Amino acid sequence: MTLAVGDEVARREITVDRARLVRYAGASGDFNPIHWNDRVATSVGLPGVIAHGMWTMGAASGVVSDWVGDPGAVLDYQVRFTRPVPVPDPGAATIEVIAVVGALDPEAGTARIDLTVSVDGVRVLGKAQALVRLS
Amino acid sequence: MPVDVGYAGRQYPPTAAYEVGRQKLQEFADAVGASHQAHTDPSVARALGYPDVIAPPTFAVVVAQRAEAQLFEDPAAGIDFSRVVHADERFTHHRPIHAGDRLVTVLHVDSITVRAGLAMITTRAEIASEGGEPVCTVVSTLAVRPEES
Repeated sequence: MTLAVGDEVARREITVDRARLVRYAGASGDFNPIHWNDRVATSVGLPGVIAHGMWTMGAASGVVSDWVGDPGAVLDYQVRFTRPVPVPDPGAATIEVIAVVGALDPEAGTARIDLTVSVDGVRVLGKAQALVRLS
Repeated sequence: MPVDVGYAGRQYPPTAAYEVGRQKLQEFADAVGASHQAHTDPSVARALGYPDVIAPPTFAVVVAQRAEAQLFEDPAAGIDFSRVVHADERFTHHRPIHAGDRLVTVLHVDSITVRAGLAMITTRAEIASEGGEPVCTVVSTLAVRPEES
């Protein structure tokens, strides 16, 4: 695998509906009602139920794990949560994840993968970077 | 009540051990759509050199937030969760978490700053095996909006 900075290595669209958020709430233990209750979400000024930021972060990481071929090769992973992802009901939201090589360290055998994560063309995560060990 | 900046620098005692189960990892992987078989098939995980199925990269949040609760559920800290927004999150894996791990976490409150009423709270959860082997460092920043907004 010959990589160069700027190479796009993966791209995926991932849909998220209310049932997915309930599933994530249960699996993660994050039961904040803004992720499942419109009344609570709107009362704190949100447009409605929004996805857990940690769901979005987790979903995007799968793109990197699959590309690198080993989820354990993801050494470091960070994001900033810049915009909420409203999840309609009925229906679903779709996040698009684009993974690009941001930096290479041949001596350490690692690559920094920069993720662009957006909904309808608007970025929802900032500084989304995964440091991966290349085999 | 405003956030108590005096909590900055605090370090909590180690948590009780969190035992990582295969089914829990599968449930979490399903929820985030992590479809790599190393999360669910022990033979795939072993072929990659791990003792058992491994956690997705963000699973450590499950362990970290149990430790973070010591701060956020402390009424004296003054953190109103209905006004909390997650600002950023970072996982530094010293090695992958795998099923069978028994993980102990020490929570550090790295900083609390208040500007124009907006409090930014950065915590660091140092997750280790019971034997003291570092496993994952989870750094999380939450923003707490002022009451009047």
